Amino acid sequence: MLFLVIGLVVFICLRYRAKGDKSEGDQQTGNNLLEGLMIGIPAILLGWFFIKSVGTARAITPGSDPARKPDIVITGHQWWWEVEYPGSGAITANEVHLPVGIPILMEMRSGDVIHDWWVPELGNKTDLVPGNKNYLSVDIDKPGDYYGSCSEFCGAQHAWMRIHVVAESPGDFAAWLSANGKPALPPADSLSKEGAALFQIHTCANCHRIGGTAAIAGAGPDLTHVGSRRTILTGILPMNEAGLASWISHPQQIKPGARMPDFIFSKDSIAAIAHYLAQLK
Amino acid sequence: MEELVTIPEPDRPFPGLGVSSNQGLLQWISSVDHKMIGIMYLLVSLLFFLIGGLLALFMRVQLALPLNHFLGPEAYNQFFTMHGTTMIFFVAMPAVFGFSVYFVPLMIGANEMAFPRLNAFGLWLTFFGGLLLYFSFLAGGAPDAGWFNYAPLNEKNYSIGPGIDYYAMGLLISGIGSVVTSVNLIVTILNYRVKGMALHKLPLFVWMVLVNSFLLLAAFPSLNAALAMLLLDRQFNAHFFNTGSGGSALLWQHLFWIFGHPEVYILILPPFGILSEVFQVFSRKPIFGYPFVAASSVAIALLAFGVWAHHMFAVGLGNPVNTFFSASSMLIGIPTGVKVFNWLATMYGGKIRFSVSMLFAIAFLIEFTIGGLSGIAFSIVPIDWQLTDTYYVVAHIHYVFIGGTIFGLLSGLFYWFPKMTGKMLDERAGKWFFWLFVIGFNGTFLVQHALGMLGMPRRVYTYPALPAYGILNFISTAGAFLMGGSVLLLVFIIRRSLKRGREAGDDPWDAYTLEWAAASPPALKNFDTLPVVTGRRPFWDMKLAARKRPLPGDPINAATNPPHTKKTGDDYDAQ
Repeated sequence: MLFLVIGLVVFICLRYRAKGDKSEGDQQTGNNLLEGLMIGIPAILLGWFFIKSVGTARAITPGSDPARKPDIVITGHQWWWEVEYPGSGAITANEVHLPVGIPILMEMRSGDVIHDWWVPELGNKTDLVPGNKNYLSVDIDKPGDYYGSCSEFCGAQHAWMRIHVVAESPGDFAAWLSANGKPALPPADSLSKEGAALFQIHTCANCHRIGGTAAIAGAGPDLTHVGSRRTILTGILPMNEAGLASWISHPQQIKPGARMPDFIFSKDSIAAIAHYLAQLK
Repeated sequence: MEELVTIPEPDRPFPGLGVSSNQGLLQWISSVDHKMIGIMYLLVSLLFFLIGGLLALFMRVQLALPLNHFLGPEAYNQFFTMHGTTMIFFVAMPAVFGFSVYFVPLMIGANEMAFPRLNAFGLWLTFFGGLLLYFSFLAGGAPDAGWFNYAPLNEKNYSIGPGIDYYAMGLLISGIGSVVTSVNLIVTILNYRVKGMALHKLPLFVWMVLVNSFLLLAAFPSLNAALAMLLLDRQFNAHFFNTGSGGSALLWQHLFWIFGHPEVYILILPPFGILSEVFQVFSRKPIFGYPFVAASSVAIALLAFGVWAHHMFAVGLGNPVNTFFSASSMLIGIPTGVKVFNWLATMYGGKIRFSVSMLFAIAFLIEFTIGGLSGIAFSIVPIDWQLTDTYYVVAHIHYVFIGGTIFGLLSGLFYWFPKMTGKMLDERAGKWFFWLFVIGFNGTFLVQHALGMLGMPRRVYTYPALPAYGILNFISTAGAFLMGGSVLLLVFIIRRSLKRGREAGDDPWDAYTLEWAAASPPALKNFDTLPVVTGRRPFWDMKLAARKRPLPGDPINAATNPPHTKKTGDDYDAQ
């Protein structure tokens, strides 16, 4: 259609350019047959688009079986993803593990404003609307890493609300799930013991949960197995002691506007906390 | 010559606070003359266009490189919100109104708008609404939730600063201005036409303005209501959109898009009207399929109210609802296509003169078709589920708003500038501007289609260095600077043409409609007498009649009449 219009424009411009004379063009004012074609042909084309699109939309939306329970519940927060696997006890954040070859039903919720789940290679966009639940069905063919992002503007750090989906074989996934369903590992060495203590007595525990400890808050990402993730902050920093330490020491420079405030910790305390969190595999 | 009709008007100069013409600025501010108000609308539009464009350049600098640190998220989010809000409400709307209030009375053979004071009121509401919006920068931060300002991000608990309050107040005030102006236009068009100009003989620009004014009148109440509810929420702790206390986030989206989608057509119909005039004059042919071009506007206006939820396919309304809105959105492509094909048919068999005005009209055909077809993609629900809220939609809206609205307005500017000022807008420099603007525009936005398909979401202040993201964004930024430079060139051309432009004469384009029967620029009183209108090209008919039976000193033939001979007010001049 575009090429038709461009072709006609170019053709008419070349064919009918005024060659200096002052005469008028032909004075035709209309042709009903031509008008009929202008309406009819696009109408037929659009009708065909419409029929195809309805079929596709029906095929990729989850059925409405009320007995089907979601396999995974995703809750959008400013600016991270809470990921819960009902029945397994596993809660994680931002890095979403999914099995391949099995149809998965995802439930989408929001904890604050509207967010939107979009991993281009894994199907359609789905809004996470506060007060509503939306459902998305996903069926992944190949294991691997899939990346996406929040696609509905959700405030200051909308840009850093990215998604990392790790698709694994059912066996790998089951192993991951059972490991992540367990409580956090106890601190192994003296430095991480110090970090664990700092975590509990300072403000960290007011917002973050670490399964199996006294920290049970849900305002920030779950840290029970944070050490097993590959990145933090949906991909801004790598998951290691240096990344964690730099985040804890000046969060508002790394992700301005994020809900985590700048704390005043000594360098040693930061190192201890980062060391503790990094070993929470 | 045919029967002559005297054009009625008040018998003394329009009330203007007793200011005389040598008082410059004060005379403009106190004016109720539709032509001065039209020019002031266009100047308001130009002012905000420069500001909004500057904001866009800042954003493009930030996005030129991955992980750039030129603007922080706070500034970036305020800038893109202000850019969108400015361009839609304070650039496109005033420009559309400027051409409407200037040329509707002239084209229907009237001497004024029906309500001159209301006309001035509308202008000043628009202007001060815009100033109030920009005052937010000084008052603690501009609005930062996007031009469509979704709930609950627009509520106090997520947007603490006063920006959104200024957004709501500014748009409410300018929205009231828009409503009174459209009432004024409707009454003027329905009551002030010269004898013989039945509705089926209206110039197409006036047709589109008429349809558009009804559209606006029906659409704005929804926005104004939503803004009032938002203010209640923010200032008095009401619960309309606050999900934390039982409000509905989706209610805002429904109310906003019931306004918002018709708004898109509000901004495109008058440019369609401009183009319908331009294609005729520069193809030296009457419009092809007048009834279809006119009726398709009505079809667009009616369908416009049944498509709003296509902005909401991803929010989970369910397949039955999505299917309905998908069908209605596709339907609207048909009357739009009818227009494009009729303009092509108007050019076919003509003697095309490539003035800058016509160049913009021809470029419009291609750019707007790209925008229209990428729009069809969004009416197909599964495609929408991939592409909505990505850079693809950014490209789409800019192809529609720039490739459609702005190209149409620029075509109108080059077409009507001689009438408004008596000087030609430099055609040679104008062609330079045309090519720079077209190349800059396509350079900026064509690549954004690809970015969207690669998965880059819109409204991000930065992005990771993913493959192709960097280079495509850099091209886009380069195009934006070319476009910005070309706009500066336009401002320069306008200035130079005003000072040293070639004298235009009353009818430089050998045009068809009545505004060219007035002097250039028109005197305070547009017309003394006009013949009864018998066809769709009344001025053309006048010229034909004069050519057949030349009557020396024929009082109504502006082509043979020295301009500026009629002055009515004691100390009043149109310019």
